Amino acid sequence: MIRPDTEAELSAAIKEARGPLRIIGGGTRSIGRAQGDFLSTAGLSGISLYEPGALTIVAGAGTPLAEVEAALTAENQRLPFEPPQMGALTGKTGASTIGGVVAANASGPRRIQAGACRDSLIGVRFVDGRGDIIKNGGRVMKNVTGYDLVKLLAGSQGSLGVISEVAFKVLPGVEATATVVVHGLDDQSAVEAMSTALGSPYEVSGAAHDPARQTTMLRLEGFAESVAYRSKKLQETLKRFGDVSADVNADWTAIRDASMFAGGSGDVWRISVKPSDGPSVGAALDGCKIIYDWGGGLIWAEVPSAFDLRGVMGGIKGHATLVRGQGCGPVFHPEPAPVAALSKGVRRQFDPRGILNAGIMD
Amino acid sequence: MEMPVPKGSVLDRKHELVARLQAVLPGESVIHEPHETRVYECDALTAYKCAPLAAVLPSTTQEVSEVLKICHEMGVPVVPRGAGTSLAGGALPTADCVILGVAKMNDVLETNYADRYIRVQTGRTNLSVTGAVEEEDFFYAPDPSSQLACAIAGNVGMNSGGAHCLKYGVTTNNLLGVTMVLMDGTVIELGGAHLDAGGLDLLGVVCGSEGQLGVVTEATLRILRKPEGARPVLIGFDSNEVAGACVSDIIKAGVLPVAIEFMDRPCIEATEAFAKAGYPMCEALLIVEVEGSDAEIDMQLGVISGIARQHNPVELRESTSAEESAAIWLGRKSAFGAMGQINDYMCLDGTIPVSSLPYVLRRISELSKDYGLGVGNVFHAGDGNMHPLILFDANKPGDLELCEQMGADILKLCVEVGGCLTGEHGVGVEKRDLMQTQFDAVDLEAQLRVKDVFDPQWLLNPSKVFPLSVTQSRREAAA
Repeated sequence: MIRPDTEAELSAAIKEARGPLRIIGGGTRSIGRAQGDFLSTAGLSGISLYEPGALTIVAGAGTPLAEVEAALTAENQRLPFEPPQMGALTGKTGASTIGGVVAANASGPRRIQAGACRDSLIGVRFVDGRGDIIKNGGRVMKNVTGYDLVKLLAGSQGSLGVISEVAFKVLPGVEATATVVVHGLDDQSAVEAMSTALGSPYEVSGAAHDPARQTTMLRLEGFAESVAYRSKKLQETLKRFGDVSADVNADWTAIRDASMFAGGSGDVWRISVKPSDGPSVGAALDGCKIIYDWGGGLIWAEVPSAFDLRGVMGGIKGHATLVRGQGCGPVFHPEPAPVAALSKGVRRQFDPRGILNAGIMD
Repeated sequence: MEMPVPKGSVLDRKHELVARLQAVLPGESVIHEPHETRVYECDALTAYKCAPLAAVLPSTTQEVSEVLKICHEMGVPVVPRGAGTSLAGGALPTADCVILGVAKMNDVLETNYADRYIRVQTGRTNLSVTGAVEEEDFFYAPDPSSQLACAIAGNVGMNSGGAHCLKYGVTTNNLLGVTMVLMDGTVIELGGAHLDAGGLDLLGVVCGSEGQLGVVTEATLRILRKPEGARPVLIGFDSNEVAGACVSDIIKAGVLPVAIEFMDRPCIEATEAFAKAGYPMCEALLIVEVEGSDAEIDMQLGVISGIARQHNPVELRESTSAEESAAIWLGRKSAFGAMGQINDYMCLDGTIPVSSLPYVLRRISELSKDYGLGVGNVFHAGDGNMHPLILFDANKPGDLELCEQMGADILKLCVEVGGCLTGEHGVGVEKRDLMQTQFDAVDLEAQLRVKDVFDPQWLLNPSKVFPLSVTQSRREAAA
């Protein structure tokens, strides 16, 4: 295990590497089939700047997610995109790092309202496969100076460079949370109800459906008075779909972490489609345990080992990623040839020797 | 403005090029007579002009592909153009280039309220995207000041922002997918109506690449339901420092206004003389707008006013009606026009950390004295995106150069305090030569390598974004 404590040491380690490197933060969300000597970012840890009045935080990639969240909570602020903790699902015990969150573009239920990790990320520093130390973006939230490599690095799974530092814009915390629950809906009606809620002016910050319990959940956040008002209005709006009530104890952490799949033995996939296509995917997975998030556009599914999930998705546009198990075919969704050629070209530019998490996204 | 020497090999083959373009496009879509190409000699950065070799106005993605194939084969540089409203010279031609305008491609291709997106051809103007969904009470969030005229193509190219991005984000946060034509004519799709990338986020790097990676012909955009209402509060202060502290306290209090706009005294004075909005004569003025139901707005404005009162404002005016809201916004919306009444101006858009606001404003006023040029500041304070307007006289020899020098000093100052050269206008030619103040050679090289992949021959808008000295070897190797 290589464990650099500074960016310069990280650069030296990559320059000196004679074989493939497997980049690891906390290891809780490592997916894909990359091999090689472990290169840990754990030494690149610590919050270097936090200005609550400017809604900005900057931290080393190896900083535990929990440390970042604790610092924000102390100032009543938060990461907008609600990063999931994947340990329960993947069965890994490490502590998630903020760099790993970025490398996976990990985003929870609030993604539909506040954007993904990549949307809150305003700056990165990283070391590419040549050992070059590169910065892009910065610490201000509006910045169009040069190409946006920040977005490119988010979700690149360590295949373009080893992220050493990340900067985020953050959001104020909330005074109150309420969940409007609709009971007894089939998948089709549930997605229609969620679309109605998300198309309302009531600022829904989470929209999930659990087919097993026929429970559809719509989350509202903000000042207490405002949440109470919007909860009432949303319940009126959704009355026509079925039995509606309010619940202040709904478990959004379980939705965020897809923890209902913990301990299972099947393959778990994460599928992104447009919400109205969600029920078709669900129908193709009849009998499997699934959960809908993002208003129906994100589907977590546990299927029998080696089941050809992409095969049953048919012509539905979107992508499916294997997050646990043996799977069938590539871990990441195959791209059309000209797009795959561009991705390959970009990877070759940043990592000409092909040593950083090689093949992880194939 | 230094531009590369036009390629003789291209200029000499103009007839052949025009004939080949005419073979794939209707006659009126190929513009090549010198008196006609002049229309395309500049964009909204009017200080620099150069007529292109030809301009084409294709109507379909297929036609764009045909045009690019021809230019690719003949080694002709291509400068993509939306509505030509770039303040940074993003669509400035070179004498050997073809301007590829998307103005004829302005259809709505699909509207989907259940999934909350609209798919449009990119020649469509920003405001008319909202216009297409307004009936159902939806809107497209990014709202650059030029939204009546600017095209989605340019918005994607420059990753445009607007006054409301503190809450809703900029173009890249609202762009779900594109259809794009690469320089060799290959048509690709990135993203779509679903969220996030399944592989590398190429869409993320295309947005804001200033037309250097491909020509975006269709865009899938996120649309949102309109809030029930919105109202601002106007707050005047007797110092920039206090106004800056108030912005910071509002943000810390947990209120997320949809916009926080800031005007300084020179700008307030100019605006009052021009638009007579009834603003208080003070050092700094904030307009803070919040959204929601009437009761929610009252509650949020109450919180904001409470914070403002702790900073001893010289004026505090909460809007209680649509008329009062319009009156508060009147001056702000007339600010650029008001400054333009005084003289020619150059508009910068560097971003700074909000905490540096008072220091940067003080330094700008010192620079204003040193250079003897007036400056008004009006900007998006919530996100630190400054808009210093430097006044100069275009008819006075040397004044433009002086103004540019002062602009460069201000932008260097923005970088020095931890900010950047441009928050929403883009680099274009205007800030090209300042890139090395923000990025070192390695940082820039990483960006150039991305272009090498998408456009190996460096034909797409090749003289923009990066200093010419930095891109010279690449441009010449490919020629």
